[in-house]
Amino acid sequence: MKQFMAFVKKEFVHVLRDRKTLLILIGMPIMQILLFGFAMSNEIKETKVVIVDQAIDNSSAKLVARIDASEYFDAEIRDLTITDFNIEAAFKKGDLKILLIIPPSFESHILHEGSAQLRIIADASDPNTASLLTTYLTSIIQDFQKDNLSIQTIPYNIEPEVRMIYNPQLLSAHNFVPGVMALVLMLVCVMMTAITIVREKELGTMEVLLVSPYKPALVMISKAVPYLALSWINLITIVLLGVFVMGLPFNGSILLLFVESTLFILTCLTIGIFISNITSSQQVAMLISLMGMMLPTVLLSGFVFPLENMPKLLQWISNVIPARWYYVIVKDIMIKGTGFMDILKETLALLTITAFFFIMSIKKFKQRLA
Amino acid sequence: MNDKVIETDELTKKFGSFTAVDKISFSIEKGEIFGFLGANGAGKTTAMKMLCGLSKPTSGKAKVGGFDVYTQTESIKKNIGYMSQKFSLYEDLNIMENITFYGGIYGLSSKEIKMRGEALVEKLGLKNETKKMVASLPLGWKQKLAFSVAILHEPKIVFLDEPTGGVDPVTRRQFWNLIYEAAQRGITVFLTTHYMDEAEYCDRISIMVDGRIDAIGTPGQLREAFKATNMDEVFYSLARGAKRSE
Repeated sequence: MKQFMAFVKKEFVHVLRDRKTLLILIGMPIMQILLFGFAMSNEIKETKVVIVDQAIDNSSAKLVARIDASEYFDAEIRDLTITDFNIEAAFKKGDLKILLIIPPSFESHILHEGSAQLRIIADASDPNTASLLTTYLTSIIQDFQKDNLSIQTIPYNIEPEVRMIYNPQLLSAHNFVPGVMALVLMLVCVMMTAITIVREKELGTMEVLLVSPYKPALVMISKAVPYLALSWINLITIVLLGVFVMGLPFNGSILLLFVESTLFILTCLTIGIFISNITSSQQVAMLISLMGMMLPTVLLSGFVFPLENMPKLLQWISNVIPARWYYVIVKDIMIKGTGFMDILKETLALLTITAFFFIMSIKKFKQRLA
Repeated sequence: MNDKVIETDELTKKFGSFTAVDKISFSIEKGEIFGFLGANGAGKTTAMKMLCGLSKPTSGKAKVGGFDVYTQTESIKKNIGYMSQKFSLYEDLNIMENITFYGGIYGLSSKEIKMRGEALVEKLGLKNETKKMVASLPLGWKQKLAFSVAILHEPKIVFLDEPTGGVDPVTRRQFWNLIYEAAQRGITVFLTTHYMDEAEYCDRISIMVDGRIDAIGTPGQLREAFKATNMDEVFYSLARGAKRSE
């Protein structure tokens, strides 16, 4: 035990002395949360919408007012007949994303024919934004239509009422905070652990450690301890930022989140140790960690791209990505407030992956010694 | 009382069909400085690994410090020190932290570490530099420090794998003074080297060729047996017969 403490102390000195790396490791989650939160938001806020009102009647004025009043859009009225406003040029300039044309005699069409047409033109060079914007705009128009209809008496009016549970405003923070959590823990644990162990091999100090009475398995474990501590710090930082800056709810048990997170951290540490056992240079270890772990984590965890839309093969592969399970666990605990029994499957998946890499590491290690 | 700290009997290591170490038998006495010579690929490192308990022999017998290399590797590890040809201290740790760490993993108490550590830096003349990062020390100092750290826990045997590579002659001389001093205290020194003049400093040497020990004895005995004026000639006349090289 005393030997273990001496070793862990040395590892902490390594980590603390490398200020630059430490700063990156602690600053990274903060940067990522803020970036994802403010720069990469897929929510719509005060987007400019140009409205070409050719009708200029009571109904069109009401519609324009309603669009302008919503927090999603900032309406700008243009008159095609007076100015030489060129639609195509405006889109090409890039600052216009969506355009609404209200044709002449809008109101009289509604009143006398019972239907009127509107034209929405959206810049689909960015398909995600385009479809989001049109959805938002259409729903405002539908609202408007509904209100108008209720004044008149129409016998059949079916209204689907959509309710988004757990995240009624469809805030993207609910999505990316758990994602960033998985990503950062993965990065710190897998890559840094792999690198720190391989570094000893590269320097030749590993040989000296193997000749010493200190148990080889303990070498691996002691080297992982500082990264476990660092991960806990990151975990707390992300949760605090998520809740207090991004306004994420915390409905479940804090203890449960902590325990599950520690399990995920252990999974990552084991993978890091495994990578260090199959490589002998820091560069290779870093490449494997990045390409082999980070990329699948981003692509196949469901955090950026929904798993449900992927081909069966990719869905199947995603089962071995630890972050995929952890991502669900965090979302369930924080946002849905579920208890342990509901995330049993995910917990077991993580345990299995950890056990697999643990056994593989030991096997690989024994082979190397023989 | 058996004074033989290392004893091997037909010790062999095979990797598949390749025999890296071929039935080597020798013994080393307490306090001896034993030079383990051989060309690259002759099997020195493999033999040394078996003696350190890092690698299981394929056949044959060996005892290190009275412990069996098959079954008592843990006890062997407690009783040996090791210094590799690669630099074995941590560059981003200062001198005292390195000493504390190695003392720690060998299970020395903090009192012992403090006492021996202070004596060590005093002897090496590094008393005022204990807070200096090892990275900032010249290579010669690093090697001397590494050796002193390797024998901090007072092992029965210290294994040195090409300890003086890349060191200037003056520092090499100083390094050898440390080795003599350790041997006088009763620590057996087992070292590999490429410098033939260094071989002359050893009490006894063995020369490995193709996994076998082709010659063993004091430098004087070997020169006589091979009718050579210096160790270089002895080494070349043996190495010429080698079939394998790196």
